[in-house]
Amino acid sequence: MQTGLVFNIQKFSVSDGPGIRTTVFLKGCPLCCSWCHNPEGLAPHAELIVAENRCAVCGACREACPFGKAIAGSGVLPTRNQACDLCERCVEACPTGARQLVGREMSVAEVMAEILKDKIFYDESGGGATFSGGEPLTQAAFVLTLLTECKAHGIRTALDTCGFGCTEDLLVLGKLADMVLFDVKLMDEARHRQHCGVPNGPILANLRALAAVHEQLWLRVPVIPGVNDDAENLTAIAQLAASLPHVRQVTLLPYHNTGLSKHARVGHKYAHADLKSPTSEQMMAAKNYFRACGVDVKP
Amino acid sequence: MNDRTSRLRSQSLNTRPGISPERAALMTAFYRENAGRYATPVMRAQAFLHLCQKKTIYIGADELIVGERGPRPKCVPTFPELTCHSVEDLEILNARPLTHYDVDAECLRVYREQVIPYWRGRSMRDRLFAALPAEWHDTYGAGLFTEFMEQRAPGHTVLDDKIYRKGLLDFKRDIAEALAKLDFLNDPLALDQRDALESFAIACDAAIVFAGRHAALARELAGTETDPQRRAELDKIAATCEHVPAHAPRDFQEALQYYWFCHLAVITELNGWDSFNPGHLDQHLLPFYERGLADGTLTRDSAKEMLECFFIKFNNHPAPPKVGVTAAESGTYTDFANINIGGLLRDGSDGSNAVSHILLDIVDEMHLLQPSTNLQLSRQTPDELLHHALRVVSKGYGFPSIFNTDAVVKEQLRMGKSMEDARAGGCSGCVEVGAFGKEAFILTGYFNMPKCLELALHNGVDPHTGKQLGPRTGDPASFRTFDDLFAAYRAQFHHVLEIKLRGNQLIERMYATQMPAPFLSVLIDDCIARGRDYNAGGARYNNTYVQFVGLGTLADSFSALQQLCLDGAMGFSEFVCALDADFAGHEALRQRLLNKTRKYGNDDDAADEIVVRIFNTCIEELDGRPDTKGGHYRVEMLPTTCHVYFGSVLGASPDGRRAGRPVSEGISPVQGADRRGPTAVIKSAAKMDQLKAGGTLLNMKFTPALIAAEHGVENWGHLVRSYFKLDGHHVQFNIVRADTLRQAQAAPAEHRDLIVRVAGYSDYFCDLCKELQEEIIERTEHAGF
Repeated sequence: MQTGLVFNIQKFSVSDGPGIRTTVFLKGCPLCCSWCHNPEGLAPHAELIVAENRCAVCGACREACPFGKAIAGSGVLPTRNQACDLCERCVEACPTGARQLVGREMSVAEVMAEILKDKIFYDESGGGATFSGGEPLTQAAFVLTLLTECKAHGIRTALDTCGFGCTEDLLVLGKLADMVLFDVKLMDEARHRQHCGVPNGPILANLRALAAVHEQLWLRVPVIPGVNDDAENLTAIAQLAASLPHVRQVTLLPYHNTGLSKHARVGHKYAHADLKSPTSEQMMAAKNYFRACGVDVKP
Repeated sequence: MNDRTSRLRSQSLNTRPGISPERAALMTAFYRENAGRYATPVMRAQAFLHLCQKKTIYIGADELIVGERGPRPKCVPTFPELTCHSVEDLEILNARPLTHYDVDAECLRVYREQVIPYWRGRSMRDRLFAALPAEWHDTYGAGLFTEFMEQRAPGHTVLDDKIYRKGLLDFKRDIAEALAKLDFLNDPLALDQRDALESFAIACDAAIVFAGRHAALARELAGTETDPQRRAELDKIAATCEHVPAHAPRDFQEALQYYWFCHLAVITELNGWDSFNPGHLDQHLLPFYERGLADGTLTRDSAKEMLECFFIKFNNHPAPPKVGVTAAESGTYTDFANINIGGLLRDGSDGSNAVSHILLDIVDEMHLLQPSTNLQLSRQTPDELLHHALRVVSKGYGFPSIFNTDAVVKEQLRMGKSMEDARAGGCSGCVEVGAFGKEAFILTGYFNMPKCLELALHNGVDPHTGKQLGPRTGDPASFRTFDDLFAAYRAQFHHVLEIKLRGNQLIERMYATQMPAPFLSVLIDDCIARGRDYNAGGARYNNTYVQFVGLGTLADSFSALQQLCLDGAMGFSEFVCALDADFAGHEALRQRLLNKTRKYGNDDDAADEIVVRIFNTCIEELDGRPDTKGGHYRVEMLPTTCHVYFGSVLGASPDGRRAGRPVSEGISPVQGADRRGPTAVIKSAAKMDQLKAGGTLLNMKFTPALIAAEHGVENWGHLVRSYFKLDGHHVQFNIVRADTLRQAQAAPAEHRDLIVRVAGYSDYFCDLCKELQEEIIERTEHAGF
């Protein structure tokens, strides 16, 4: 049976494409952007986290763990220890639900059952299903089946990608999806490598390849003050957008720090604690770089 | 709002509600003089005529629509023939900080010397309490149900379009014709019918006299008025009051003034529940609006000004104060007038028009507590009107609520009403359906469903009072299957419901024979044709409701018992001990209940099937049973504020709720139990066959950010229309940030105008009790956008 690693299925999602949507978040991403607001989607495997604000420090996790006695200390059991085989007994034992397993192997039928639950809302609003992540290209075969199933059920789909992955996979998935939301962050190769951990050459090549064949392409640009909101970078992105055929919409996404606490939970060290959300003036300036190149941006 | 209506609004908002003893004194004097002189209906009509001849009348500066129930705005009369307040009651009203009413020394003197000595023991409340059996008092006292008619009359109806075509003199001709047809030789009911019809005719005369006194006062004021513009307005008021309600209205102002006199008459002759309201006001006014625009006597602005004056009239009329349990179940100034906007015409086409948009603009600008407004949304309703309404809702005053007109029609067809009558109907009070102008749809009281499970878990004993209130359905330790558990619940439910219904039947007959409503009967078809009073089954349709409360709490409780006791390892005895201890020493269990059991509101079939079973049980046990008026009992899922009272008499519940805390309201999930967003709530709620009820209430709370997003209003509209495609009945939205509410709690003086959606109505946040404030803050904020 074909399965995929899913870390969230978000109902009533209204910012990942038109209308009312369900967004399926697939776990695993080749990038490691410091501003990522879904850091729990980065690692390509399931992991334990503790929502510290809900933890009652009751020690039930330690009692339930087969290795609990062997692990030093008392109270809350650490989430990352070598012996852990993700048996989930600690998750089951946790009375407050603070202890959670992020990432679950789900079958196509299980994911489709969740997507189909809200079909009436998609039909009414022109919405549908969005496959996001993490990076959906890391689970291309699984996403391909899901896109095919959605099509068979008359559900419109969107692929939300960072663009880093196998070009052939992207073109196959892109062709099946009714629309593609494509993230562009930094145009300078060195800066991209610095902030996202990978070069941007393959991403831009993929974008050009897709733009040549796909008629519903939305570009999405996160605006992170001090990282990518300079005139040079945003103008370069705007010029790229203007040069591509079939770019239907460019959306600026203001950075927000709601992901910060999640970085700590999954043990990331590279998260920027000092990143700030853009002010409305900074957002306006960002928009103006695009308008100067004749590119209309939302919001 | 212009300067005039701003002034009127400020006056209405800033005047403190108070009690007027005038009506009580006039009524007492009339009864002392005339008791026993007339047949009961005629006595009631004569008493009403006496009030209309004697009561203080009021025309305020700036007013264009005139008439007050009391001697001046926000001064509330009392109805000692229904409930005779004690001196202590009045002192409490004067002293309490919430829903306070000023009571002066003169009022206390009148009550002590005249009103109380006459009515104590004679009021409906005293008489029906004396007539109800001990088992009723025991279960009522334990908080298993409430009783609407223990201090207010049945009322609860809405007017259709008839007054815009006929004057009261026309109705009097209909009455004379009906009298002429009576067959005194062969029909034993003819004499009763004669008494009823005579009472109707007297009631018409009374309202005409009342209007005439306003005309005379307006002429008198015009005579001394120095401002020529105001003099002209007073002359117009006088001419209006000379013409209506005796004759059919000829213009916009006469139409509104005619309705207002009818409104005052209905709420003066008796203190009926849920006020009274004009129903489809936009549809009724459209011909007058168009005619006025065409002949140049009206502009959009002058029509809007007139309507604003009309709205302020509603806000000038706080509900007469309640006492005891009823004050707890419905502690509010609002009297539940609920104007319908949009909807359908009789032929099934869209009923919205230019006046609908004016009404929405007024709601947006004035945000008064009263009248309530609702959008009647059908598949025919244009998105333009829906989006206009949602933009008003987004301001956060809780108005308007939104109803599914297509469902409202289907629900009524199921009750046997004609297609045309159903389409001309709508919703009133909080969420209940009715055929406007043709139906008595009476709410009789709230019913505490979670308390029935508490009885089942204690073998029929109420742990609060220690009394054996229900049947001995067995030690819960003996329950092996979910069916065993549910059967015990159902046996308790059945037992308590039958006690409630036996009480209802008695009370209904007491009102039918002892407390008729002659003026209201003139307005509701077919009371005249049948020669029968509204309270005695004269209306074309009669439906009688019991409002069930605590659906979400009960469903989640069953779900928890299923998972922990039936499918899990925990014994029932151990579980019940933890409940009786209010979870003291069992916090881990409580956390598990709160966080690890399946909950209604998440589109999870395992939890939602339980809700469907509870709902169907209500339908099977109640729907279609006969009332005493030739009509039937119907199910409604409405809490008003009773979920707070019912929670206060309930111990800890198996869903993890602590003792005394509010239970869930309407068909909304337990506060905070819905974790999968608004589409999941809607899917869960739609699993019940809501068309079998006469009203359900779904509350959702959104943050402002949710609507501010791009396409926010459109997606919000899609959400509502999707729910309605699934045959959902009603939804309402609180748009407010939790931190705003916290600020209001901390500094109420600065947030006096903060209106939030409570149950079937909106209320001032700072007037709500602490528990209700907390609950509104807790209601899940759907931050999906």
